[in-house]
Order: sequence, then structure tokens, then C-alpha cells
Amino acid sequence: MNPHAKQFNAAARSTTADLHHREWIQKALGGYYAKRDENKDRFQSWSSARTAAAAIKQEAITHLDRYLVEFADRLEARGAKVFWAPDAQEARDYIVRLAREKQVRSIIKSKSMTSEEIHLNDTLEREGFEVVESDLGEYIVQLRKEAPYHLVFPAMHLNRGQISDLFQDKLGSKPTNNPGDLTMIARNVMRRKFCEADMGISGANFAIAETGMISITENEGNARLTTSLPPIHVAIVGIEKVLPKLTDLALFLPMLSTAGAGQLLTCYNTFYGGPRQPGEPDGPREFHVVLLDNGRTRLLADAEQRNALRCIRCGACLNVCPVYKNVGGHSYGTTYQGPIGSVITPHLRGLRDWKHLSQASSLCGACTEACPVKIDLHHHLLRNRRNAVTSQTSVPEKLLYQGFAFVMRRPEFYRLAAGIARLLRPMQWLVQGTWLDPLRPWTKTRSFPAFAAKSFREQWNQRKKT
Amino acid sequence: MNISLIVPCFVDQFYPQAGLDAVKVLERLGMIVNFPTAQTCCGQPAFNSGYWNEARAVARHQMAVFRDAGAVVILSGSCGAMVKVFYPELFQGQPEEAEAKTLAAKTYEFSDFLVNKLGVLDVGAQFSARVTFHDGCHGLRELGLKDPPRQLLRHVRGLELVEMKEAETCCGFGGTFAVKFPMISTAMAEVKCKSAIETRASVIVSNDSSCLMQIRGLLDRQQYPIKTLHLAEVLART
Repeated sequence: MNPHAKQFNAAARSTTADLHHREWIQKALGGYYAKRDENKDRFQSWSSARTAAAAIKQEAITHLDRYLVEFADRLEARGAKVFWAPDAQEARDYIVRLAREKQVRSIIKSKSMTSEEIHLNDTLEREGFEVVESDLGEYIVQLRKEAPYHLVFPAMHLNRGQISDLFQDKLGSKPTNNPGDLTMIARNVMRRKFCEADMGISGANFAIAETGMISITENEGNARLTTSLPPIHVAIVGIEKVLPKLTDLALFLPMLSTAGAGQLLTCYNTFYGGPRQPGEPDGPREFHVVLLDNGRTRLLADAEQRNALRCIRCGACLNVCPVYKNVGGHSYGTTYQGPIGSVITPHLRGLRDWKHLSQASSLCGACTEACPVKIDLHHHLLRNRRNAVTSQTSVPEKLLYQGFAFVMRRPEFYRLAAGIARLLRPMQWLVQGTWLDPLRPWTKTRSFPAFAAKSFREQWNQRKKT
Repeated sequence: MNISLIVPCFVDQFYPQAGLDAVKVLERLGMIVNFPTAQTCCGQPAFNSGYWNEARAVARHQMAVFRDAGAVVILSGSCGAMVKVFYPELFQGQPEEAEAKTLAAKTYEFSDFLVNKLGVLDVGAQFSARVTFHDGCHGLRELGLKDPPRQLLRHVRGLELVEMKEAETCCGFGGTFAVKFPMISTAMAEVKCKSAIETRASVIVSNDSSCLMQIRGLLDRQQYPIKTLHLAEVLART
């Protein structure tokens, strides 16, 4: 078993055994469901909104070559610098080089999963820069030296007590159970960091080709400070984030916040179209956009699965996924957790190492039902499984399914196999619970049914005779 | 009407009563039921595990068995989804595509057949119990059968239908998933069973025996006094 699969199994085993943790996650999402449904009802038709959104994103990714160039040209015309990063390494190198050149010491960041994807913080810290996350949840997990637990709610696994303990330990604050007080503790630290920072790094929720702007959705106002106070703003943008028109946001902004957070609109939605223009009193002097491929064009080349690039990273599929809710966000060992992560990680980081995530699903389809851009997520898991078998076959498993197909094509062998199983079943108690027991993975936690005294077909045949 | 019945392989071996009761209900409604004994398995275990060539081989056999059948009734939302949704996908662009689509179109899951094909809601059943219904994911999401089983249950005399909070949440079976990732599968079953128990129902009913095998397995092990029945077993009671 590869190390990633091993890590996943071990982490999943420990989280599923932690009932307290699982109940906390279920409870944390409880409020979301109610608010999401309430706000879905405020759309004229959620179902046609999904269809429209899927079509717009499909158009964008189908003509990515055109829209990306349009986006970059418009941005550059206003003095922004666009860097096309084929992979994580080149994206990191560009940002490090820029920071060194400008003699940056302190960097403030707003929430960006794309920056997590390229492990930017680790690199910047190793290079001697101070990096502070300014989204409260991200700040908390940064202090704990953890990865975000969820695409949208990075610290959802922690309760107030744990956050208070963390702040006492790392910031020397007084214990408190009051969310307002906890926020003020973080805010006091952060305000200073905003003023000191020489560079602000953000992600982007959407990249508008028509106007050459990025759009950032947030609730805390921290992204606005990150992108406007420091003299340099760097935005890291996955190439799939592009939307053709500005008016597309009329649909996508409420859709993203409804599906992602159960809010009709988040508190702040801001468009950024370049650095400070002549005559403007404020804003960053430099604006750099790093357009990141990092495996996305590989997924784009796959006609069968490219619609996974429609993803707007809302996290709706995580919120409804029974696997996510029981194994938790840290078990995956990926940047993108839950169903969408299981679908795209094999494309971004290699099927061989990440195929186990596609197998770790009951294929229930709750994700597909929830996805606002109609990605058929659970069917993609099936396709990943098929591709995994085609690219790297496990001989015993192959033999098992060849045997299965041999038997199931021949009714007489099916009856024979059932007969043998019936003979062996009473002997199962001899090995029950030991490693020899073929039913052990099932019977460790669940009882296994006994064979019926007579199968349906035996009883059917008898009935026919009488 | 002549109908051909598909009894999934594990129902054949472990839960024949569900099959016999489905026959009883269908015959009570005047159907002439045929059970082609050459049928085996729909091939879903191989398909879900990524062995599509092997799944195709099994699917070809099933398609041949039901080639001349009229309406086909299948006693599982999951195997139903395999035939109705995934056979056409398996044979997309292949010579058997048309045949796969023909079988898909004439195949109905049991509750779908009763409600949407025959237009029957009241099958004349009587069963005095407080019941909660578990949606098998394939029946619910691949086939869109949220209402038919509930409509049938609401017309059973003496039966009180109560919804559980997690009715649409997966029970964690998922075929080979249940043994490849037993810890996750069991955790999911725990959520499901807890939700069912909260309704204070005495019976969990489903139109999928595979889900019931999972739910029953955990209930037995944890010694919860709540029964499980296939929809057909409820509808057969008079």
C-alpha cells in the first residue's frame, strides 16, 4: 500500500473511532443545512440556476485559451503583471523572487486554497519571510501548524475552548469562551500585521475575462486589507477560475455563498482590476497575478472528466458527504478534501498515489446532488476507479473479478458457487474473528446474514412443479 | 401483463422472502410473473471496483436473458440503477449500446413499477406498525424514486410512516466499500441507525436489501430491538 493510502486509512480509523469528534462535525454543519435551504428557496429556481451556472463554467473551461488571454491582456493594460505558472514550483519561485527583489520582510495573506495547493507558506517561511494568515479560521490553523480542515471552514473542527487555549499559549491572552472576545484577540494582532506588511497575498474566487478583474468573496474584510494596505498585492489564481462576463457574477456570487456557507451573499464581494492608477490616492503600487496550471490542463485534456474544472470551491460537496463527515478533513492528506478532492487529486497529483480516495466512497451521490455547477462527482469516482485498474492492475483482484465474471456468465456455475458457499458458511465459525476469516472486515463490527434455508430460485422452481 | 422479475443475487441467497413477497404482490395485482432462472448478478461489484470489461461480460449475459422479456421488474434500487443507468454507460459507443438502452427503458424498480407504470398506490396491504423508510442512494438519486415507496407505505392500513432526520443519508454499505473501508462504512451505519432509532419506529423499511443487510448487521451487533423489512415484505401482508 502506498504511504498516502496508509496515512488515509490510519487517520480515518482514528477519526471514525472518535465519536466526540464526529458528533462535533455533524453539529457544526447542522446550522449550515437550514440556512442553505432557506437561501436556495430565495432563488427563483435553484435547479435552473445550477443548469445556467454549469453551462457558463463549461463555456469558460472549453474556451480557456481565449478567456485567459483576454483576462491577462485587460489586466496588463492597467499595469498589472501576469505570470503564467505551469506548476507549483514555478509559482513559488516567482513569488519568492519578487519578495526578495522588493526586500519584503513581512507578508499578510487572505484565504487561498490555491496557495495551500502549492504549499506557499512553508516555502516563504523557509526563505525567511514572516507570513501571517488574516482569515480568522486560517489564522487559527496556522497557529496550530495544521492544514485547513475544510475548503471554506478551515477551523470547523475546533471549539471555543480549544481556540482560547491556543491563543493563551501562542499569544498570551486571557482565557475566554466568548467568540467576540476571541475575535478581538486575533484582530489586535492582525491589525498590526496589516500595517507592517510589505506584501499581501490573496487568492481569487473568480477571474473575469471581459473586464480583467479578479473577484474575492469574504466575510471578515481581511481580504480587502490584505489587498489594499501593503504596497504589493499578489493574487494566486487557478486557471479554471475564469468566467466570461462581469454579469456572470450576478449568478455566481449568491450561488457560491449559498452553496458554500448558507449565506445569500457574503459580507464583502470585491473586484480588483490592477494596481493603484494615476491620480488614485491608495491601493497597492504593484499588482501581480499568478495564473496556476499545476495539472489543470491535464484534467482539461480528459474529455470525460474535464467538467470537474467547473468547480468553484464552495465546499457544498464536503458538507453533505457522509464520508467527509465521519473521517474529517485532515484524514484525506490533500489540499482539497471531500468528494471534489477525491475526484481531482488523482489528476493533479497522480492516480497511482491517490486512487484510494476514489475507492473510499459508498458512491451515494449526495455530492453530485449538492454541486451548484452540476459536476457528476460520484460518477467521476467510478471513472477514476476504472482508470486505476487500467493503468495499474492488482493481479489477485483481477483474478477475483475474472472469476466473478466467469461464474456470473454461467447460471450453472452461479448455482454451484452458491452451493459451495453454503457448505463453507457453517465452518466460518472456526475462523470467525481471526485473520483467516474472509468475512472479518464485515463481521468485526456487523453481523453477517445466514444463507436462507432455500434460495429464491429453489423455492420458485418448487412452486412451478406444484 | 406479463412481467419478468430480477431478483438480485444476494436476495436470492439471503433474503428470498423479499422475492417471494414481491411475486405475491405482483400476482395480487393480476400480473403474470416470470422468473428467468438463467439470471445471475447485474455485475455491479465488478463495475464499482473499476473492472468494466468483466462487468460488461456479466451485463451481456443479463441482457441476453431478458432480451425477449416484456416489462422487467427489479427488486433493488441499486441493481436497478446498474441496469437502467450504468449498462447504457458501459456500452456507450459499442455494438450493444442499443440493446442496453432497450433493457434500461423496460426495466422498473419494484416501487417505480407499481406506482408509475401500474398507477397503483394501494395494494391492499395491512400492517400495524410504526415504520420509518430508508432511501437506498441509488434508488433515490440515480433513479429519482423518493416518493413511490412512501406513497405505497402511506396506503398500507394500520401503518404509521415517520420520517427519520437522516432518511436520505447513506447507510454506508456501498458494496465492496463496506469491506474495503469497514471503519468508515460502520461509522456511516451508526449515524443511520441512530437516526432511525430516534423515530421510535419498530421497523425500518427499504426498497434495497443491500442497505438492510448493512443496517441489520449493525443493529444485531449492537442489539437494538428494531426490525428491518423489504418494502415487498410489508406490501404482501394482508
